[in-house]
Amino acid sequence: MKTLIFALKKISGAIVTIFAIVIANFVIFRVSPGDPIRMMFRDPRVSAEALQRMRVKFGLDKSMWGQFVDYFKQLMHGNLGFSFWQKRPVLDVIGDRIVQTLILVVTALVIATILGIILGAISGWKSGSKTDRTILSVSLVLYSVPTFAMGILLLLVFGYVLLIFPLGGISSPASGFTGFLYAKDVLWHMVLPAFSIVLWYVGEYILLTRSSMVEVMDQDYIVTARAKGLRESVIMRKHALRNALLPVVTLSGVNFAFAIAGVIEAETVFSWPGIGRLTYDAVMKRDYPLLQGIFLIFAVSVVLANLLVDLIYSRIDPRIKTGAAHD
Amino acid sequence: MAILEIKDLKVHYLTKEGPALAVDSINFSVKENKTVGLIGESGCGKTTTARAIMKFVKEPGKIMGGEIIFKGRDILTMSDKELRTLRGAELTIVRQEAQNALNPVMTIGDQIAEVIREHEHIDKRTAWERAENQLDLVGISHHRAKSFPHELSGGMRQRGMIAIATACNPDFIIMDEPITGLDVIVQRQLLTLINDLREKLNLTALFIAHDLSVISETCDDVVVMYAGKIMEKADVVSLYKHPLHPYTQALINSYPSIRGEKKNLVSIPGSPPRLVSPPKGCRFHPRCSFAIDRCREEAPEIREVDGHSVACHIVK
Ligand SMILES: Nc1ncnc2c1ncn2[C@@H]1O[C@H](COP(=O)(O)OP(=O)(O)OP(=O)(O)O)[C@@H](O)[C@H]1O
Ligand SMILES: [Mg+2]
Repeated sequence: MKTLIFALKKISGAIVTIFAIVIANFVIFRVSPGDPIRMMFRDPRVSAEALQRMRVKFGLDKSMWGQFVDYFKQLMHGNLGFSFWQKRPVLDVIGDRIVQTLILVVTALVIATILGIILGAISGWKSGSKTDRTILSVSLVLYSVPTFAMGILLLLVFGYVLLIFPLGGISSPASGFTGFLYAKDVLWHMVLPAFSIVLWYVGEYILLTRSSMVEVMDQDYIVTARAKGLRESVIMRKHALRNALLPVVTLSGVNFAFAIAGVIEAETVFSWPGIGRLTYDAVMKRDYPLLQGIFLIFAVSVVLANLLVDLIYSRIDPRIKTGAAHD
Repeated sequence: MAILEIKDLKVHYLTKEGPALAVDSINFSVKENKTVGLIGESGCGKTTTARAIMKFVKEPGKIMGGEIIFKGRDILTMSDKELRTLRGAELTIVRQEAQNALNPVMTIGDQIAEVIREHEHIDKRTAWERAENQLDLVGISHHRAKSFPHELSGGMRQRGMIAIATACNPDFIIMDEPITGLDVIVQRQLLTLINDLREKLNLTALFIAHDLSVISETCDDVVVMYAGKIMEKADVVSLYKHPLHPYTQALINSYPSIRGEKKNLVSIPGSPPRLVSPPKGCRFHPRCSFAIDRCREEAPEIREVDGHSVACHIVK
């Protein structure tokens, strides 16, 4: 029951947030400079009447409020607008790219999270040791290098110099691969972009898990676990890590927002045909409707990621549902 | 037969200002089915002694010498693996100020079942039933087995700790100020529980307190400690009625009786010495109204007087 109320609260919170995002997303693009109709029809020979007709057709002659109602209605029908640049519905343009991005991001984040938690836990558990110092300094370096710099470095070393991995794209052009071979080819292309994202995140996950672990190890319940005669490995997994992971879970939600920035950088450097690369192109082409659609997708996915984190968190920390102080 | 024998135990905290002699060559033993009270003012080394018995002394503390013979074997020379099989099963502890001693993300039932499974290798269901029995035993209904620590009151959490510490029928249990920090009514209830358990489970225990009246209810023998040294040892009745050491006398006069007997309370003047540079001679002499020159020069040895062991020059 408590769980249900908690979940409903969180879900309604997320719905309100998404609604606010929709409004903000509408406003930001209305107040940005430039006449969208002029942008679409750059040809000076297009007559003023023709432009006016287009304005009426796109509903741009209406008041702000009228435009918002239109926008909202269309959204409810899954219509995100029409891309000037690609001359196709925005939803179709995004739909063509989203799977590639999801494959890249999910793979990278899963690897980074698991690797980061394992290394961070070891580092924190053995804090002060040589292992700890090594892990700590590597993660500090990784954390301070931006994704695009890491991407370019990886590209130079493994692409140009060592010729191990392809330079970019998602598959070998005109290879005619299908099925398993195609999947293998995609995987091969994914290694470098994924790792440029992984290397950045792993640093953050290590640092956070480590500090959380160090803090947890001083807690009384760890002494209790020792007094029970449990093995160190059990104490680490069952008692220390389970508590140390709580802040890490929270971070994963927040991180998702930053992951998007990382994805734009990685996809641009490696010409990976996903949403990140699409964002870059949309900015370059001043394709406002497309950008608006992309922003909406990004913002909503951040909200959903945080909702998911909240729901997971309430499952692993029993204090949350009853609102007990977290100490 | 003595279950636990402490011989010449020394524990120092290696601080920047030099070693603090928190436990300085103490000797005492605990016989089967007996409860020994360890008493003394704050900072005299009680918890340090308790931790040493579990071999839990942490930096900057260090066990500098002595033996802790538990059922005939010296704990201080045991391997980690041997210690693990003892801790939680044969040798357990209820720690001081243990309000956060339970894992916040595990149910109380799981935390009790865990120690049983670790040492007895039984299946989950049996362990869970045993955990529920333990809860009933310590006065928490077994219906609360699925509660998390934050859903329990301070007194219940302490009962939970006692349930964990008694789950595997220990041969020796240390209770380090198990009732300190709780309100008076809860203290009363816990004392009753502890006394019940002592009888029901035939516990052999070391009971630490800084309040003699609590000790007088739960213990058979008492060890009085001051600034890392043992001042007096005796059975509880004799110690309470005829305290020999001036420090024991002062201690008895400084605490109200838990039964509420009227008494003129006299607090001990001064404060315990810093353990980095304890006074020469008897450590209590700067606060002792009977001190003679010899007390300031020569540390008294423990002697047998009227069935007590006492470290004092002036006791005849
Ligand atoms: N980590 C530490 N570093 C330095 N000195 C310490 C440390 N822990 C304890 N001590 C010193 O050791 C002495 C004994 O401490 P201990 O905790 O054993 O006292 P106690 O008798 O249990 O006191 P209380 O009644 O307050 O629990 C104290 O004087 C304290 O200053
Ligand atoms: Mg203490």
